[in-house]
Amino acid sequence: MTFGSVGQESVRTADGAAVSVGGSPMSAPSEQPFIGLETRGAHAWFGNHHALTDVSLKFPERTVTGLIGPSGCGKSTFIRLLNRMHEFIPGAAMAGQVLLNGKDIYAPEEDPAFVRLKIGMVFQKPNPFPAMTIRENVLAGIKLAHLDRDDHDSIVESCLTRAGLWKEVKDRLDASGGSLSGGQQQRLCIARSLAVEPEVLLMDEPCSALDPASTLRIEETIKELAEKITVVIVTHNMQQASRVSDYCAFFLTDGGPGYLVEADNTRKMFTNPADPRTADYVQGKFG
Amino acid sequence: MSTVEQSSNPMEATPQKPWARRPDEVRRSTLKLAAAAVVALVVVLFTGMAGFDGWAITLLVIVLVATLVTSRSLSSKDRKNLLVSVSITALAMLAFLPWLSILFSVVTKGYQALHVGYLFNDMRVTTPDDELSMGGVGHAIVGSLIMVAIATVVTMPLGILSGIYLTEVRGRLTFLVRFIVQSMAGVPSIVAGLFVYTTVVRTMGEYSGIAGAAALSVLMLPTVSRTAEEVLKLVPDDLRSAGYALGARQWRTAFMVVLPTVKSGLITAGILGVARVIGETAPLLLTSLATNGFAFNPFSGTLGSLPTYTFSLLQYGTEYAVARAWSGALVLMVIVFGLFTIARRVGRKK
Repeated sequence: MTFGSVGQESVRTADGAAVSVGGSPMSAPSEQPFIGLETRGAHAWFGNHHALTDVSLKFPERTVTGLIGPSGCGKSTFIRLLNRMHEFIPGAAMAGQVLLNGKDIYAPEEDPAFVRLKIGMVFQKPNPFPAMTIRENVLAGIKLAHLDRDDHDSIVESCLTRAGLWKEVKDRLDASGGSLSGGQQQRLCIARSLAVEPEVLLMDEPCSALDPASTLRIEETIKELAEKITVVIVTHNMQQASRVSDYCAFFLTDGGPGYLVEADNTRKMFTNPADPRTADYVQGKFG
Repeated sequence: MSTVEQSSNPMEATPQKPWARRPDEVRRSTLKLAAAAVVALVVVLFTGMAGFDGWAITLLVIVLVATLVTSRSLSSKDRKNLLVSVSITALAMLAFLPWLSILFSVVTKGYQALHVGYLFNDMRVTTPDDELSMGGVGHAIVGSLIMVAIATVVTMPLGILSGIYLTEVRGRLTFLVRFIVQSMAGVPSIVAGLFVYTTVVRTMGEYSGIAGAAALSVLMLPTVSRTAEEVLKLVPDDLRSAGYALGARQWRTAFMVVLPTVKSGLITAGILGVARVIGETAPLLLTSLATNGFAFNPFSGTLGSLPTYTFSLLQYGTEYAVARAWSGALVLMVIVFGLFTIARRVGRKK
């Protein structure tokens, strides 16, 4: 389905029932936003376990999309499908399409390393490289992916600034990345992802291990990032979803594979969702 | 204003360790242990039990019995706690004892033949029966270092690469590689020597240092490889994922992220490998043999080594020869200790 689309669309759920999504016209932008990333009928399996079924979702460029839903509903699986990290899990399988600028990233001729260069990822647990300094951490992607860039100093400064970390670490760029606090480490990981200039940044519960102040800093960072790139964020925190995201997608599971219930403008999802289950979830009645 | 009370002068507090044992307590238990040591010494002197080991075991028994006796006045909970902690400490000491005993005898017997120049002279013009102030172990040190260095240079890359294959690539042959590495670890060292004798020595037509190094490599590889695998397994998958998510290929992630993270662990793998082979005697007798004089060319002719030096002098069997053999063993031990220390320092640096 398309965010901001007018009229009814339907999504097949696990039990085959058609769920009405999309809903009534909302504060849709007058012009159709450019869609950089899109999934069509995406499924995911781990061995025989069908983890995610039939998700079709579009991510308008330069927006923040929040993926919400209870634990085990396939949000993290879905986000890992988007940059081909899913395939590292032994026994993993998928179906459907993930399109970046109209090209299927799972097409045989696509290079997964190049896909991940275009679609970066920030993980739940901060994971700076412990053997590298702060500066080397930021530049790690450029070295790892063999990018030909020579303005290293300005890359370090601009990426750390965009990640909201520059002021705190500019005097100790040669300290180990592990010497930072948890929140600073996570912002270092964001800076590291930005250094390779991705078009899309995926964030899998980036704040779940952090204190409220660090969370707030990262949320500010996310909003600033969305001026230039597309951000997809998985979160368990309803307030966070309502604060940072422009669009929200609600996933659910009935014991079987996870599926997409509805996706819409964030304000509408939180005030007047089309599906009663979404209303119950965002109001904290379950999950 | 608030319910928080400030102490009159917040700067007055001095750092203390309320959990530490009081000094008088420490003094009393030290005295008790010293008394037990003296009693043990007396017992050893009067009963003629075997030297240092006998003394240590007697001390252990005395401490255990004394603890049993004194603990009778304590409550049952305290008694159990005391008995368990004393037994655990005592058993740990017991495990430590053989090593301490070896060190003790090597040092006490090995220092006799040491003299200035022992490390820099060879045995070319000195017979094993000459005065201990003549001759030296220099040729054996050089030969050992040359062969172990070659074996390390050959083994480290192979061991690390096989570790990477087993943990990072996880190819179809993982099972086979692991099986072969484990089997190699069980190969008796003399078999490795025979193998190199029939292949390298027979082909070259002469004994040589390079053949010795080859035999040592065969023995060193499984140790390095298995340790490297264990160390690489400790790298969290988070770091690999982070590398892949930055658009890195698997081999670049392995070499630029995973390996630097466990640098000190890989150095430990090398240390363990060196420790495994530097004292090997049997394979060298079949490959590099031994010399009496300095030799520096590993590609032709026999090469001395510390284990063969010690072995041949022990076989000679006279008083001075045996004293020289002990000194050779002492030098070997000091060299291993020195290599360990250097490698640890290098590994910790950053």
